[in-house]
This record gives sequence, C-alpha cells and structure tokens, in this order.
Amino acid sequence: MKIGTTHFFVCEVFMTDTTTTVAFPQDRTCPYHPPTGYDPLRAARPLARVTLYDGRRAWLVTGHSAARRLLADQRLSTDRTRDGFPVTAPRLVVPPDRRGAALLGVDDPEHRTQRRMVLPEFTLKRAVALRPEIQRIVDEHLDAMIAQGPPADLVSAFALPVPSMVICALLGVPYADHEFFQEQSRTLLRGPAAADVYRARDRLEEYLGGLIDRKVDEPGTGLLDELVRGPLAEGATDRAELVSLALILLVAGHETTANMISLGTYTLLRHPDRLAELRADPGLLPEAVEELMRTLSIADGLLRLATEDIEIDGQTIRAGEGVVFATSVINRDAAVYPEPDTLDFHRPARHHVAFGFGIHQCLGQNLARAEMEIALGTLIARLPGLRLAAPAEEIPFKPGDTIQGMLELPVAW
Amino acid sequence: MRIDIDKDACIGAGQCALTAPDVFTQDDDGYSTLLPGREDGAGSPLVREAARACPVSAITVS
Repeated sequence: MKIGTTHFFVCEVFMTDTTTTVAFPQDRTCPYHPPTGYDPLRAARPLARVTLYDGRRAWLVTGHSAARRLLADQRLSTDRTRDGFPVTAPRLVVPPDRRGAALLGVDDPEHRTQRRMVLPEFTLKRAVALRPEIQRIVDEHLDAMIAQGPPADLVSAFALPVPSMVICALLGVPYADHEFFQEQSRTLLRGPAAADVYRARDRLEEYLGGLIDRKVDEPGTGLLDELVRGPLAEGATDRAELVSLALILLVAGHETTANMISLGTYTLLRHPDRLAELRADPGLLPEAVEELMRTLSIADGLLRLATEDIEIDGQTIRAGEGVVFATSVINRDAAVYPEPDTLDFHRPARHHVAFGFGIHQCLGQNLARAEMEIALGTLIARLPGLRLAAPAEEIPFKPGDTIQGMLELPVAW
Repeated sequence: MRIDIDKDACIGAGQCALTAPDVFTQDDDGYSTLLPGREDGAGSPLVREAARACPVSAITVS
C-alpha cells in the first residue's frame, strides 16, 4: 500500500508538473538545437511524461545514465507489431497484416541472428578499408559540384548522393537506380500517411526482391551477393528476410548519414570559430564528428514498449507502457556534458547515445563515422570560402517527427 | 589487469576497438577479441573507457 502510495505521489508530482502537457515530438526551432518546447523536459530528469500525437501518454527518458541502462534493458521491446507499441506519427502505425522491419523492429533472439549475418561487413576494420573508396566518391561529387557552381544545393549535390553511393557499393545495389530508391526512402521516412509508407515499402521490396533473384543467377561482389551465396543458399535465411534486411540497410545507410552531412555543414557554418579551428587542425575531425553527433542527435525519439515492470531511479515503468528516448535531451544532460548547448570539439563527447545503445546500437556507426569525417573534412578543406547562399533562418529543415536534417542547403564558395 | 569479454553478449558494435585500438580488435565474424600479447590490457588507460563504451556491457575489467 505504501509503495503504491509512493508511486502515486511520484506520478502526482509529474502530473502537476508542466511536463504532462508537453507534446512529443515537436518541430525544432533551430535545426541544431532541441525544440524550445522541450525546455520543461530538460528540467525533468531522468524521466518525464509526454503526450504523443494520438493523445496517448508515454514515458520520455531524458537522463543520460537512465537512458544507457534502459536502452540496454531487454525488457523494453522494439517490436512495433506488439499491441500498445507507442508511435510518434500516424505513418508509424503498423497495419495488422504487416511484419516489423528487420533489425530495428525485432527483439532477440531474431535480432541477433539477423545482425550476425551482416556484421562482418560493418566492422571497424571494414570501415577503414572502405576509406579510399569513400574518399574517391567524395572527391568525385565535390569536383562535379565545383564545376557547376557556385551556388549549389549541398543536399542534392553532395550530402545525399555520397552516402547513397557508398551503401550501394557495399550492398551491391546498382546506383543507377538511385532516383527510384531515394524517392521511396523519402516516403518511407516521411509518409505522411501509413498507406504512403507501406506503398513505398512494397515498391522497395519488389525492387530488392527482383535484385536478389538476379543475384541468385549471377552473383556479384556486394554484401547482398554474399548473403545470397551463404545464408540463403544454406537455408539459414529466406528471401523475405533477406529483402527486409536489404531494405533497412539501404534506407538507414544513406538517409541518416546524409542528414548528418547537411546539418553538420550548416552547424559548422553557423559556428565560424569552430569551423576555423577544425580547418586549422584537421586532426580534430574524429572528436568534431562525435561532438556534432551529440549536439545534433538527428534520430531524436527512439521507441520502445515495456514488456515487464521496470524499476528505474525510484520510478516504475509498468508493463504495457510506451517509452520514448529523446536523444537530443539525453545528449545534453549537464551532469555528463557541462555547458551542454555549447559546441566544443575538446570535450569528451563519446558515450553520447546518438547511435543508440544496447543491442540495437547502430550497426553502421563505424561506416558512418568514416563517411562523416571524410565528407566534412574534404568539404571544408577544398572550399575555404564555403558559406550559406541564403539567409540562415530561411533555409528549410525537416519536421520533428522524422530523422532531423536540412531539406535543402544552398551554399556558395 | 584481467579483461573478460562475454562473446554471447557482444553485438560487434566495435566500440572497444575504436576506444582502445591497442588492446581490442574484432574477429572475422565481427565480435570483440583481445589483440595477441595484449590480453592483460598492456597498461592501457583506455581499457576501462572501452568497457564503458560497450553498449551491452560485454567487457569486464578486474
């Protein structure tokens, strides 16, 4: 009884707190800061309550230490087909007849089996080996952009095509088809309606299924070819699972990194002192990339469902409750990152949760780091006069319910 | 210093090899392993940092 009363009292504190009225997600006011509407959430650590778009309440994890423990807690499920799974936008509702996405939509042991199949291609060693190829792709796109400008839209000329071409080469997907799959990826991540998302998913699955069938007859050299020759031929996976894996790797492989390159460039251009510092000392690039990851937190709203009661820092998350991780808020926990709103390439920014944490931590993070270092490093070195070609406040960026980034980025040099 | 890696927990994120590259690497399957001759951490101050970076707490330092 006493425990129940205590729990109720704790909830009451939150209920009377302003945090109950905070809606999640919200659009950012500045593309590299959390929305100002999250200020009450930043004051409520390690957990707050938020209201999702459908009126449902969910826990919002805001504290860094609690976030690391909870993201590593397998009593929180990522299976979006489960009843009561929290959704932050209409497009994320999984229709009853649909499977969840591979990797990020499945729990262990299924997740582990899928991750194991593709893991050798995403090691640190493999990312290091891919660096010359990434550099070649970056140089080629910068040559083309410079030849045609200034001005240029950095998103379409550089930020999107570079990671897209890298993941295509890695998977063995013909880059010639990029207009088709980039458009479908955009719909998959933006919707607006669930019907749009699933139509895009159907088209991508049909495309990738056809590609895999052709690889069965004529194997090439990409990861998908290896999966066809190995696990598929051996019966360790089936065509449907392979298509689902290919889809998630293709979409996650370019949309996320593309947003980091565009928003990272915008952020550097808005912090001329930091940009000058980085140009003067390119050895700072790895730390700069970590600090940009922490500051920008582009995947801002990781979703889970509690499958059991979980005690955390004196609170109880009940089985069946939704749990949302606001990475932009977690990565600005002043207890871990003093002066969290300041961009500082000399702080230890590692241990941010921008790539997630726990078993679902980003599979492609080593590749993404290499791409960001090479893309941003080469861009600022080759274009010393790089600047925004439109008023900063007028450049459009993505709404709060999807991966954060610039919709376009007009630049001159 | 004794370093234990729980291979059943490891997800191959590569955070240990990124943080303490003189001690940790990834095997051909992508899982964490200690570099030959560095099984005791070779006095690296980064071993504990690598353990903290592991997203699944697969590394124990004692």
